[in-house]
Amino acid sequence: MAETNTQNAAQYNYDIVRKFTIMAIVWAVLGMGVGVWIASELAWPFLNFDLPGLTFGRFRPVHTTLVIFGFGGSALFATSYYVVQRTCQVRLYSDAMAKFTFWGWQIAVGLAAITYMMGYTQGREYAEMTWPIDLLIAVTWVAYFWIYVQTIRRRSQPHIYVANWFYIAFILATALLHIFNNWAAPVNLFSLTSYSFHAGVQDAMTQWWYGHNAVGFFLTAAFLGMMYYFVPKQAGRPVYSYRLSIIHFWALGFMYMWVGTHHLHWTAIPDWTSTLAATFSIMLLMPSWGGMINGIMTLSGAWDKLRTDPIMLFMITALSFYGMSTFEGPLMSLKSVNALSHYTDWTIGHVHSGALGWVALISFGSIYHLLPRLYDTKLYSLRLVYVHFWLATIGIVLYISAMWVAGIGQGLLLRAFDDYGNLAYTFVETVSFLHKPYVVRAIGGMFFVSGVIVMAYNIFMTIRQSKREQAEIEAKLAAKMA
Amino acid sequence: MSDFFLWFTRPDNSKLFVLILFFVVYTLIILYVFTNKKRSKRLESYKNIPFEDGDETTPKSKDKEHE
Repeated sequence: MAETNTQNAAQYNYDIVRKFTIMAIVWAVLGMGVGVWIASELAWPFLNFDLPGLTFGRFRPVHTTLVIFGFGGSALFATSYYVVQRTCQVRLYSDAMAKFTFWGWQIAVGLAAITYMMGYTQGREYAEMTWPIDLLIAVTWVAYFWIYVQTIRRRSQPHIYVANWFYIAFILATALLHIFNNWAAPVNLFSLTSYSFHAGVQDAMTQWWYGHNAVGFFLTAAFLGMMYYFVPKQAGRPVYSYRLSIIHFWALGFMYMWVGTHHLHWTAIPDWTSTLAATFSIMLLMPSWGGMINGIMTLSGAWDKLRTDPIMLFMITALSFYGMSTFEGPLMSLKSVNALSHYTDWTIGHVHSGALGWVALISFGSIYHLLPRLYDTKLYSLRLVYVHFWLATIGIVLYISAMWVAGIGQGLLLRAFDDYGNLAYTFVETVSFLHKPYVVRAIGGMFFVSGVIVMAYNIFMTIRQSKREQAEIEAKLAAKMA
Repeated sequence: MSDFFLWFTRPDNSKLFVLILFFVVYTLIILYVFTNKKRSKRLESYKNIPFEDGDETTPKSKDKEHE
């Protein structure tokens, strides 16, 4: 194995993959740690400590940015750079540009977190970064696109493997979404404040066109690219149906762009846009489940691997959560269900069953697969991978069940009327009802973050072990030469 | 010529146009993918690409029970 991997390291640019992988773990620990902190603030508000930078309003975008763009983004950069090289059997185009994307992305994520805590925000969900950071992201993203396309153009393999299709769709769609959602005029060159070029209903619809497609293309399509490479590799068998993956790709691409407006049901938007979004949301169930079945059936005939391989456990559980959250999403997009679920914690639970269950678990599985190959060694401990898996799974279950209770309960309380048509409960009664579920949610988050810390330790030890082995080999070589 | 483009700017027209366009294209993709046995065989052969990269080994942990 050592010989093969040494050849691979020379043939491919693994340095950039290693850098992004390590940063993915760093952002995961920080971002999820902040997540637990803000979840705890909601249960025990004294944790604000009266510090403006730590208040929920400022700290929440720090959490979402660090986990989506810091952890998720870095994991996607790492895996996409790895997958495109391996499946095109060619070295990544331009080491310098790849390094630029690394620094551009990390600086943007770091600056975003700092400026939010200082109180600077655009006020657009999942796009709170101020305009100079948006510009940095745009330039970095164009470089990313150029590297990816140029690498594919130089491929030795005649066919472009389906994982790359998903990654390219993610890169292209994210560029479109980022540019048009952040289309704004700065107040002046030395101010971080800007005004959106969109106004009123258009502004809201652009925001949620971006917001939902960030979920669709950043958090779904891209991670499906990850799934289509790493699940077959870890299972040691090809994907169940390549033709189904083609249908999956095009159906997802056609349908996702239309569904954002389901975030704005029962507001001032035109009714037909609401109906259109709900209809496409229901239709999305087909490609989503087609993809899930394709991923899970890859293990057909080798289910015994789940007994012995914790990395496979991560991947198959991720696909199960993908299936579950893509069933829940269309359900919540129905206007009648949405009337109950909107503005409640059910939405938060749904997002986390997708973000923790699907995005994070498939990333963890892929990173565990990737790391020993990047560092030409064995994983430090498989037992710790099992520990991580169970901490993560228990954490997710606690989190989402607490949010179902909180959200459905909250929705029912807010909609209850007495015989005279008055609200049956005061707002503060609905808030006090939430305390217990919030405590359980914070505990769930603690489980999940503990798992991530275990992973960070396992990875640190794996890298240290690799360096020690490398030093031993070099010492032996030096002794032979002497 | 501009009238031709202006026709698309009306939501009533563009909605219908896009609906028909997407439906037809998507149907053609399905037909392309699932008809013709030879083509199906060729498409399915691409699923082996991840295994053509010379990395057939699966690293295991150093844990004793997994050795």
